[in-house]
Amino acid sequence: MNNQEYQGVFVFAEQVDGNIAGVTYELLGKGSELAATLNTEVTAVVLGSGIEGRANSLAQYGADRVIVADDPVLATYMTEPYVKVLTDIIRQNKPEIVLYGATAIGRDLAPRVSARVHTGLTADCTKLEIQEETGNLMMTRPAFGGNIMATILCPDHRPQMATVRPGVMMRMDPKAGAACKQEVYEPVNLAASKNVDILEIVKKVRKKMDIMDAKVLVAGGRGMGCKENFKLIEALAEALGGAVAASRAVVDAGWQEKEVQVGQTGKTVRPNLYLACGISGAIQHLAGMEESDLIIAINKDESAPIFEVADYGIVGDCCKVIPSLIQMLKELK
Amino acid sequence: MIFQLDKEHELTKQLFRNFAETEAKPLAQEVDEEERFPYETVRKMARYGFLGIPFAKEFGGQGCDSLTYAMCVEEMSRVCATTGVIVSAHTSLCAEPIHKYGSGEQKEKYLIPLAKGEKIGAFGLTEPGAGTDSAGQQTKAVLNGDHYVLNGTKIFITNGGVADIYIILAMTDKSKGNRGISAFIVEQGTEGFSIGKKELKMGIRGSSTTELVFENCIVPKENRLGEEGKGFGIAMGTLDGGRIGIAAQALGIAQGALDETVAYVKERKQFGKSISAFQNTQFQLADMKTQVEAARLLVYKAAWAKDNQKMFSAEAAMAKLFAAETAMSVTTKCVQLHGGYGYTRDYPIERMMRDAKITEIYEGTSEVQRMVIASGMLK
Amino acid sequence: MKIIVCIKQVPDTTEVKLNPETGTLIREGVSSIINPDDKAGLEAALRLKDACGASVTALSMGPLQADVALREALAMGADDAVLISDRAFGGADTWATSSTIASAIRKIGGYDLIITGRQAIDGDTAQVGPQIAEHLGLPNVSYAEALEIEGDTVIVKRQFEDRYHMIQVKMPCLITALAELNEPRYMTPGGIADAYRNKEITMLTRADLDVEDQNIGLKGSPTRVFKSFTKAVKGKGTVVNLEGSEAAAWLVERMKEKFIL
Repeated sequence: MNNQEYQGVFVFAEQVDGNIAGVTYELLGKGSELAATLNTEVTAVVLGSGIEGRANSLAQYGADRVIVADDPVLATYMTEPYVKVLTDIIRQNKPEIVLYGATAIGRDLAPRVSARVHTGLTADCTKLEIQEETGNLMMTRPAFGGNIMATILCPDHRPQMATVRPGVMMRMDPKAGAACKQEVYEPVNLAASKNVDILEIVKKVRKKMDIMDAKVLVAGGRGMGCKENFKLIEALAEALGGAVAASRAVVDAGWQEKEVQVGQTGKTVRPNLYLACGISGAIQHLAGMEESDLIIAINKDESAPIFEVADYGIVGDCCKVIPSLIQMLKELK
Repeated sequence: MIFQLDKEHELTKQLFRNFAETEAKPLAQEVDEEERFPYETVRKMARYGFLGIPFAKEFGGQGCDSLTYAMCVEEMSRVCATTGVIVSAHTSLCAEPIHKYGSGEQKEKYLIPLAKGEKIGAFGLTEPGAGTDSAGQQTKAVLNGDHYVLNGTKIFITNGGVADIYIILAMTDKSKGNRGISAFIVEQGTEGFSIGKKELKMGIRGSSTTELVFENCIVPKENRLGEEGKGFGIAMGTLDGGRIGIAAQALGIAQGALDETVAYVKERKQFGKSISAFQNTQFQLADMKTQVEAARLLVYKAAWAKDNQKMFSAEAAMAKLFAAETAMSVTTKCVQLHGGYGYTRDYPIERMMRDAKITEIYEGTSEVQRMVIASGMLK
Repeated sequence: MKIIVCIKQVPDTTEVKLNPETGTLIREGVSSIINPDDKAGLEAALRLKDACGASVTALSMGPLQADVALREALAMGADDAVLISDRAFGGADTWATSSTIASAIRKIGGYDLIITGRQAIDGDTAQVGPQIAEHLGLPNVSYAEALEIEGDTVIVKRQFEDRYHMIQVKMPCLITALAELNEPRYMTPGGIADAYRNKEITMLTRADLDVEDQNIGLKGSPTRVFKSFTKAVKGKGTVVNLEGSEAAAWLVERMKEKFIL
């Protein structure tokens, strides 16, 4: 494999129901930076059915080119048809880098593509840079449950592939009126790779604001004591105009739904304010929130690890501090 | 001599620890405050074979050794002494005597469902007038053709009222004193057998402790356990094994109290530092850990002795004597280290102290254990 | 029906703490467990065994101490266990790991269903399962929240962020399981005794596997670790010991200073 033959930064542009996923724009932002350093182009690859005409929004966020694969078999994500199309596009175009969102789709698609193409894949990258001497992609990610950071290289195989969690990279400011080239990829005999049948698609009813969009998060941990005490968390979130989040322990205990779980196996959040109440601060949790702008922690235990990352910490009883805080916030209004 | 658990026992101890922490611990306070029998935990223990640990698979058991059984009682008791004694009384006092002294038919009919946890067991020796003086049995069993007629009362019976199968001691021939006592297997629901007063206790409040009343209770002849007149020996032999269970319970209580206290003293601050920084605290903890480790060695040795020696009465007695006194002294010190908070029900430590006391009393008081140990030395 | 379940022994990373002074990991005293997603996969296989007599083989790639995880699987009810272990397999990334495991599965053969966990709590990549499927040329369905057998197919409730798909896939196939799939059973004391006394764990070393050197171990890994480091310990903030309304007042002042309010 001659690395010189491989050029270009590709972004798998994930879409569901015709809507481009937010992480795609974040990847295009990062991809543009990398492409600039490498003096090359960013190509967004979109798979779906009836999804022509997506090019413009992708161009506004950094794509120099868009490859569209449009086929009824690609209407809804299925592993093997998507793997086949993406692999063929990669083999034809020989990009040096391919980026995917570390989503329920990306984390199924990317591994299989990397195995078919026989190249390396690095998951959940928090940092992507180009190594000056070699032009290799340096992929930094948490390991060991988030306790260590590791920088990974894929020196002898191409393309270098990485997945990135939503909310980790920043999208660029959109360039109004931007446009870019569009290419159409015609899949051949896709039905042959369709080895599963989708019997039913059921959407979950989402009433609450997605915690990843919230500017303020009030998160409760097991230190809150019981499910009933989460009413305090809810009230405080409301008083601050934010959303409720929870640690894994709380979700496992059934006090909150998985959608609000922050951490390694939950969501990564970057709110302006993260208020951790009764959360000890296990590394897996910190991994999901430590990039928050301002972190405040309340915990009975002075030695709780959460205080290592908190900008401000109260060693005290959440059930006493929170009601007072709510009261004071109400008075301020 | 190997002083370390092998991999099999280590994994088993971990199993018991996980189960106790996940299933028994969350209910422990409620079980104590509401004085309720933890049926849900018992059902789960039955499902995983915890109620038949030392019995062969052919009898519906798990085919493990006495050490494994002792570790189960220890780990359950570490978080909930009530749960620990339920396992202990059922296994050592009811299932074991049937296993050791029962006929093939009796094992088939009673041991298998007990070992599988389909039925719960209990043991009735103690009477209002016969505690430590257990030979002073007043309950009578009169042979009448193909059955015995039982009359009398038993008190302080663990698992009373919830058990399906009871080992009952009764006097078949008063003229023979000790040698006139026989053992019987009596099923709940037998005509003439009823449950009397339910005791309100200081500790192990979720354990059902009741009076058993026999009024012309008809017990079929084939339900006599062992030979007529051999009942006292059966009772004493049974209690030897039961002592290991109670010793394990006491050990678990002590360890549980110690673990809670270590966590508490790290958290609690006075005079600007954690109280764990004070030398008095540290010395207390050191003394308690040493006592608990010593108790553990005695308990595990007694369990080993039961499986490997013909006689193990002394080992069992020493284990129970020492572990029970350790449980009482450790829990008392632990309440003290918790200060005022230790006296409230917000913390589990006061319950552990209340639970510990009974281990010095039942299945042979500490005084009885001393009698057993001394008599063994002075033969 | 024959099921192979891939399990990994992992340190209980929820217990691992950072030494705040040195910034290094405190690994002592951290227990080893079966990775939670894998355990759910194992439980799913055992339920199929209970329901229709499927045979369950537990498979793990790891150092010799992964033996304990396999004993646990046997004690839970797996019929047999295989440990893939050899120095030559060390340092493997997900390509090399999946290649090695795939070759072992090929050697075992005769399977209808392979179940892996979605991801391990130490590596957190979620790559090995789908990659094994690719090496074996099998369809895979990831993120299984529920699964059922219907004839010669598996019906999977496949989780996405805001929805799920009910997917039907023909066996042989590979499914990756989520911890949410079920509540795994405990072992039994007798099961543990059996696992240690009556069962053998089949050992597969390098010599036993038909796989190229260029696909195994450190040398066979397309990705390699350039460096690893602990995260810069963020300068410690201000922590105060205050109660109730005093604490609240102090917080309100701080939030005003930072323009949150």
